[in-house]
Amino acid sequence: MDLTNEDVADILALLDSLPYDELDLRTPRFRLTLRRAADGGWTEESRVLSEPVSVPQSPNGSPPDSGSPPDSGISDISEMSDMGDGEAAEGGEAAGGLVAVTAPLPGTFYRAPRPGAPPFVEVGDLVREDTVVAIVETMKLMNSVPAGTRGRVARICLANAEFAARGATLVLIESEPS
Amino acid sequence: MRHGFRRILVANRGEIAARIIRTCQRLGIETVLTVSDADAGSLPARLADAVIRIGPASPASSYLNADAVAGAAVAAGADAVHPGYGFGSENPRLARACAAAGVVFIGPEAATLEAAGDKLAAREHAVAAGLPVLPEGADAGFPVLVKAAGGGGGRGLRVVRDPASLAAAVTLASAEAEAAFGDPRVYLERYVSPARHVEVQLLGDGERVIHLGDRDCSVQRRYQKLIEEAPAPLLSAPLRDGLHEAAVTLGTRLRYRGAGTVEFLVDAASEAFYFLEVNARIQVEHPVTEAVTGLDLVAEQIAIAEGRPLRLAQDDVTITGHAIECRVNAEDPARDFTPSPGTVRRAVFPAGVRVDTHIQAGSTVPPQYDSLLAKIIARGGDRAGALARLSAALDRCEIDGVATNLRTQQMLLAGAEFARGGVDTGYLERRLAGETAVPVRANSGASRG
Repeated sequence: MDLTNEDVADILALLDSLPYDELDLRTPRFRLTLRRAADGGWTEESRVLSEPVSVPQSPNGSPPDSGSPPDSGISDISEMSDMGDGEAAEGGEAAGGLVAVTAPLPGTFYRAPRPGAPPFVEVGDLVREDTVVAIVETMKLMNSVPAGTRGRVARICLANAEFAARGATLVLIESEPS
Repeated sequence: MRHGFRRILVANRGEIAARIIRTCQRLGIETVLTVSDADAGSLPARLADAVIRIGPASPASSYLNADAVAGAAVAAGADAVHPGYGFGSENPRLARACAAAGVVFIGPEAATLEAAGDKLAAREHAVAAGLPVLPEGADAGFPVLVKAAGGGGGRGLRVVRDPASLAAAVTLASAEAEAAFGDPRVYLERYVSPARHVEVQLLGDGERVIHLGDRDCSVQRRYQKLIEEAPAPLLSAPLRDGLHEAAVTLGTRLRYRGAGTVEFLVDAASEAFYFLEVNARIQVEHPVTEAVTGLDLVAEQIAIAEGRPLRLAQDDVTITGHAIECRVNAEDPARDFTPSPGTVRRAVFPAGVRVDTHIQAGSTVPPQYDSLLAKIIARGGDRAGALARLSAALDRCEIDGVATNLRTQQMLLAGAEFARGGVDTGYLERRLAGETAVPVRANSGASRG
């Protein structure tokens, strides 16, 4: 249980009648800092510190903390994480005349404009600066990624729908002088 | 006859997950939260009594997976599933999967979700209920709006100004709709501008339907709402009554059960209104309705799902004062509102107003989900009071680590046109054009929901 907006409102009503400008409240489960702002209003900086309690595997409807072992794997339908918010080295593989096309933002790499459609490019295709080679979907927004250089597609570095960190190399292009 | 729920599976993430958990805690109902790998350490995960992993970060393999959600509800021993908004909230498959698993889906019947979720079917119901709709197909004329039948949340819309560009736009919209919603059907409706976006909140128990007043959501960027308020300002009494009555008529026809919203387009000049769509779920902007009615919509959803008749008659609903909500998104206004995922270093919120959020210092804002960080809701005795409180509240808000649209929101609230009330859906673009020295870049990507 943490503090609700109503709890904070009650605390503020108390504080407003007192000469203090800051309240710092710490428990093992949360930290709440209230500060009087320049306009006389208050700011709140709070952190819930409680760690999440994991996976109640209780097919019989027993309480979450009954500690019964996982049974059918029904709650664990996946094989691996596709999460990642680290930054990849940008254009790192641009050796041997290869130019790296990198992800402008972290997101999901798509080779085609929609499921079932032919990919934007295949290895060996000629591209120009403005040829779209991929889509990276970030926060529900589809961003087209242009080649940025003239040349021939040498390698496609990620699988379709794979996660790309910011700056990750998506496609390598063998430069051809224009 | 069902009795009270003991444990609810919250099948969502972000601020709405935290918000549902808070109501459950107040009601003494245990919560188990579904989490993807990206959300295992989130604020809602810390607030819930327990969490259950349903898959990797990609929404398609976690939150959108109806079988995984229903399976998690069974594994967690939950009596019911609250789907929040987005994800599976309007997916009839999730409602059916829950029913098959013997778990209550907190939302309308699967058949209602089918009728409301298909925009063409919803439009037919609206016509049959006698609601005004916009001219469609060949009668639509130009400019025309290309809409995805399977779309929602403002996604999959496209304006076409002349007949020459129609064929190409339809092809593109259809392809986008298939990619986003798995349904390539599109249709044409007259595009009205300037227009306002006004919606009516409904509650129904399958027998009786009431409304909880209206909201104005006209401040939008690319059909995504940014500021919402209740009640909608500057509507004449006949227009407001007409909107309420139309929504209740449609809800009654659908034998609506749960919380839902009927969206309308209001022609600012003629005061005519047209049915747009039904949102068969709790909406992002529901707190402004809670602020002026004193109700907890999530608690009402739960009571209805428990099998209780509506606890309110229409006459019990009173609208007091005014409330305005701002959405704080992880988007960079300096870079044409590019999404800004990352890690929150510091999150200072205004105290004394309602803040619905899922972030705190150290929170991850993953790139796989939408950019909503927080909603700040201020109430006042009148609209000017609510606006003054909200503006002051935004001045006290500070988020570091990810870029946010806070400054844009302050600018939008500060406009004289907004202060007068009743702005149309073009307000944001006009303000951006007036305020930015650099030209707004062309859209580099279509959104998908």
